[in-house]
Amino acid sequence: MSDYRVLPGPEHFLPPAAASMGIRLPNPGEAHINGVIAPEEKAYEEAARQFLMAKVPTIFPGPLVLWAWNEKAAKKATAIRHLFNTLKECVQATQKPMLIPMPDYRPKYPKINPEVEINPNHPNLTIWHNKIDCCIFIGVHCHQANLSLKIIRGGTSCYTIAMCAQAGHEDAMLSFRDASVDKIMRLAETIKRLKGTVQPPLSTV
Amino acid sequence: MSKERIQISEALYDIMPSDYQDLVKSSTYGKEDRGWKDIGTSKELIEQHSLCAGCPESMAFRYILASLPNPEDTVMVGSTGCTSLVFPMVAVHNIHSLFGNQNAIASGLKRALSVRFPDRIKDVVVLAGDGATVDIGLDMTLQAWFRQEKFTTICFDNELYANTGGQESGLMQKGFVAKMAPVGKLFEKVRLPEIARESGCHYVVNCTVSKPSLVEKVIRNAVHIAREIGPTYLQLYTPCILEIGKNSMEGLQEMRDSEKPTERFAYKEYVSEPAKQLLAELAAKDKERKAAAKQLAGQASA
Repeated sequence: MSDYRVLPGPEHFLPPAAASMGIRLPNPGEAHINGVIAPEEKAYEEAARQFLMAKVPTIFPGPLVLWAWNEKAAKKATAIRHLFNTLKECVQATQKPMLIPMPDYRPKYPKINPEVEINPNHPNLTIWHNKIDCCIFIGVHCHQANLSLKIIRGGTSCYTIAMCAQAGHEDAMLSFRDASVDKIMRLAETIKRLKGTVQPPLSTV
Repeated sequence: MSKERIQISEALYDIMPSDYQDLVKSSTYGKEDRGWKDIGTSKELIEQHSLCAGCPESMAFRYILASLPNPEDTVMVGSTGCTSLVFPMVAVHNIHSLFGNQNAIASGLKRALSVRFPDRIKDVVVLAGDGATVDIGLDMTLQAWFRQEKFTTICFDNELYANTGGQESGLMQKGFVAKMAPVGKLFEKVRLPEIARESGCHYVVNCTVSKPSLVEKVIRNAVHIAREIGPTYLQLYTPCILEIGKNSMEGLQEMRDSEKPTERFAYKEYVSEPAKQLLAELAAKDKERKAAAKQLAGQASA
């Protein structure tokens, strides 16, 4: 097993793909935390803790859930809204949860508006602008999520979580696989359950 | 085919940027009579653009996107150049290709779409600059025409490599001196419209984009003919105002000056016999449809 760990960056300008460093994807029923395979239950708790500790916990829904291209997508969108509402209820007044869409994958010139959207080709702009320190990707196509997660790891100190509908993402610090409405709801429940057990760091600003 | 295919999830509607909300609310997807007149009153499938102020290419983009007969089922293939900066703002499926490869990419794409969606009309439109079409990609351009690939090729002819500071291109006029071509062009502008005709294109037009109604007509003709018969080619003059030393407001006049009867962009059109027949059939159908609509409107008001 690889000694490499997928940790918050900034790693360096061109971080290696975690897969090339020996990180492997979880099997069904498992997840990975920092590149180490873990039971899914443990990952729910770790993801919830990271959200509850972050100053700006953020959900990034992608095109697969933003557009109601089938019934399942619309249901996932509703679950994501529930997750966001739960997060808002469970954090303290000093924390600022955000819900920022990734509606498009094409690089936008001359620049995107980082207050209202994130783009996979320069996700760091949105992370920096909003001072996001923990985020979750849901409904982003795998190749775009991989690109984006690597850029975030390379240039920011943001903790990244992937709720992947396929086999998961090595380049996230924590990754679920086989995302479904139930899994999103379960993450919301875990956040609710762990509310008050962890604190956000004291602000130095 | 309609806007039903582009619905935003209700639960996340409020967080979508306004461009996308506008697209769903007021784009002209599914509208049979869409055209340049929709510009300004509906979403014309382009938002802001990243071209220079007053760039005729941006006008051309708006007219073309407003005129595509079937935007929801159209895929545009672009290439390196100023056009590739606009495609991210365009609400039509598009693919960026390697410099010059656009017609080869479009050939494969058109064939794949025909296999994947045999019961649905899928249009492919190549849109590239003169460097990609005539210099670097001439091989791919011609081979696609020789093979009678069923898609439209549009060349935005600004007569030089504008995006990289003004180098000489094959479509530059003889004697022209550009910033990075100080000696002046030594040979004549390549006569691609004539080459297109001889290479098997069924519809070829050489014009400027000063008249939106004309752009609408040639785009619709080109797409319909390519869909049914074979390759079509449009060469549209979109001068680079920066590289020819004009101001933002002078692009339109430059095009008007260049389309006079003796000038190089005087309107020229070639239509093959099968294409003429198709256009006549389409015109007859259109007339019929409009008469029926008029009759229906008359009955409703009576």
